[in-house]
Amino acid sequence: MEDKREIKVKVMNLTKQFDELLVLDDISFDVKKGEFLCIVGPTGCGKTTFLNSLTKLYQPTKGEILINNEPVDLKKHSIAYIFQEYSTMPWLTVEENIRFGLSIKHMPKELADQKVEEYLEVVGLTKYRKYYPDQLSASMLQRVVIARAFATEPELLLMDEPYGQLDIELRFKLEDELLNLWKRNGTTVIFITHNIEEAVYLGERILVLTNKPTKIKTEIKNDLPRPRDIVSEDFVNLRNEVTDLIKWW
Amino acid sequence: MKNKTAKYKYRILSVCSVIAVLFIWELVTDILHLISPMMLPSPAKVLNTLIYKLTGGVNPDGATLLQHIAASMKIALGGYTVGVLVGVPLGIAMAWNRKFEMFAKPLFDVIRPIPALAWIPLMILWLGIGYWSKVGIIFFAAFISATINSYAGIKRTSQVHLWVASTFGASKRQMLFKVAIPTALPMIFTGLRLALGSSWVALVAAELLAATRGLGYMIQVARMLGRPDVIIVGMITIGVIGYLLSTVLEKLQNKYVKGGK
Repeated sequence: MEDKREIKVKVMNLTKQFDELLVLDDISFDVKKGEFLCIVGPTGCGKTTFLNSLTKLYQPTKGEILINNEPVDLKKHSIAYIFQEYSTMPWLTVEENIRFGLSIKHMPKELADQKVEEYLEVVGLTKYRKYYPDQLSASMLQRVVIARAFATEPELLLMDEPYGQLDIELRFKLEDELLNLWKRNGTTVIFITHNIEEAVYLGERILVLTNKPTKIKTEIKNDLPRPRDIVSEDFVNLRNEVTDLIKWW
Repeated sequence: MKNKTAKYKYRILSVCSVIAVLFIWELVTDILHLISPMMLPSPAKVLNTLIYKLTGGVNPDGATLLQHIAASMKIALGGYTVGVLVGVPLGIAMAWNRKFEMFAKPLFDVIRPIPALAWIPLMILWLGIGYWSKVGIIFFAAFISATINSYAGIKRTSQVHLWVASTFGASKRQMLFKVAIPTALPMIFTGLRLALGSSWVALVAAELLAATRGLGYMIQVARMLGRPDVIIVGMITIGVIGYLLSTVLEKLQNKYVKGGK
């Protein structure tokens, strides 16, 4: 079935070279509005470089990235990025952390208060609003980060192995939370992971990357019904298919 | 509850050390007369002198203890305030702006190892022997610690935190005020405390310059007159005031520096 949604992100001939090292080699693809796209690939294949080029944290060597048909402008386009590392600000409480993006964007106080309340509730941290990050567990920290990202109601949410450091139970829980938020807000999500099961569980589409220099090896549509059952035959088949595609051993 | 008992026990230990020192001191002076009062007066004698100087006694150095304290504070806090007001922004600017760092850091690195006291001759030459030359010396003592620690604090800013701000569309200014300075705040406070320590240390030396008031001056005069009791009163006063000032800073730090690592 053809995806008729309009194009949100257009990546054209994205190339990134660090001195002699070619990391991204002429990557082109589109992301539809409201799509949940997963990107998988072998470890160290330049997935993070890809996201960092997308957000202009790195300047791409060549190529262009358009959001809503315009070059990326972080002040104009509302983007949120959830990093692999813990990125809560240790000097801010849970609620102040969630407010961080809103205050960068100069959101009026009343509206910001309301958003903070809302997302504290959504990630179940209302009780811990006055806590500082060093008083929280790993999963709570990641929930703060997720709430901080969603509170700004971004048009584009980038996630770089956000659950890589969590144990499996917490990961499942947060993956479901993420799916709920995605459905609730209609956010466009680009989710990078090396965990194939995670990619198959979450994404509507999976981009498989090659080893460095990174290209797109293939693209897989994932129409499995939700909520997905990770032990169902279809799920396992798709997971195996993706695994075979990125086998680097 | 248990914690409170433990705290109480430690407090007793601290009190014990003070009492023990006072006891031994009294023992070797007034009781056993092992040390001449010209070298070390007894605690009782020092206490008497302290009360005398506190209650308006002007002998042998021409001013009361409070007048000396006021004179010293005026110099120390003057130099300290200027040093911190210059040092903290300088450290932040050097760490934050690459071009400014290239420009200012080498110069600062050369000035940094020069002890504040080595500035005395130049300060006299430039500013005379009055108030401002003393302030100048304290300035250098405070300025160096304030700058280094602010610089180091800003340099500790995590790349990821900057990225978070940047993807939310933060301006360079927002990144400085919402990410880098909050990161640096604990180190900046450490700098303020170290700066206070060095200022206080430099004070006594600065007051060697033709002073007529001040704790350092009082100690000097007492040495020349052979009055160890006044010397000790001066030293204790310097210690207590230094402690009080640093406690004030600690309270401020606890108020403004939040969260853990």
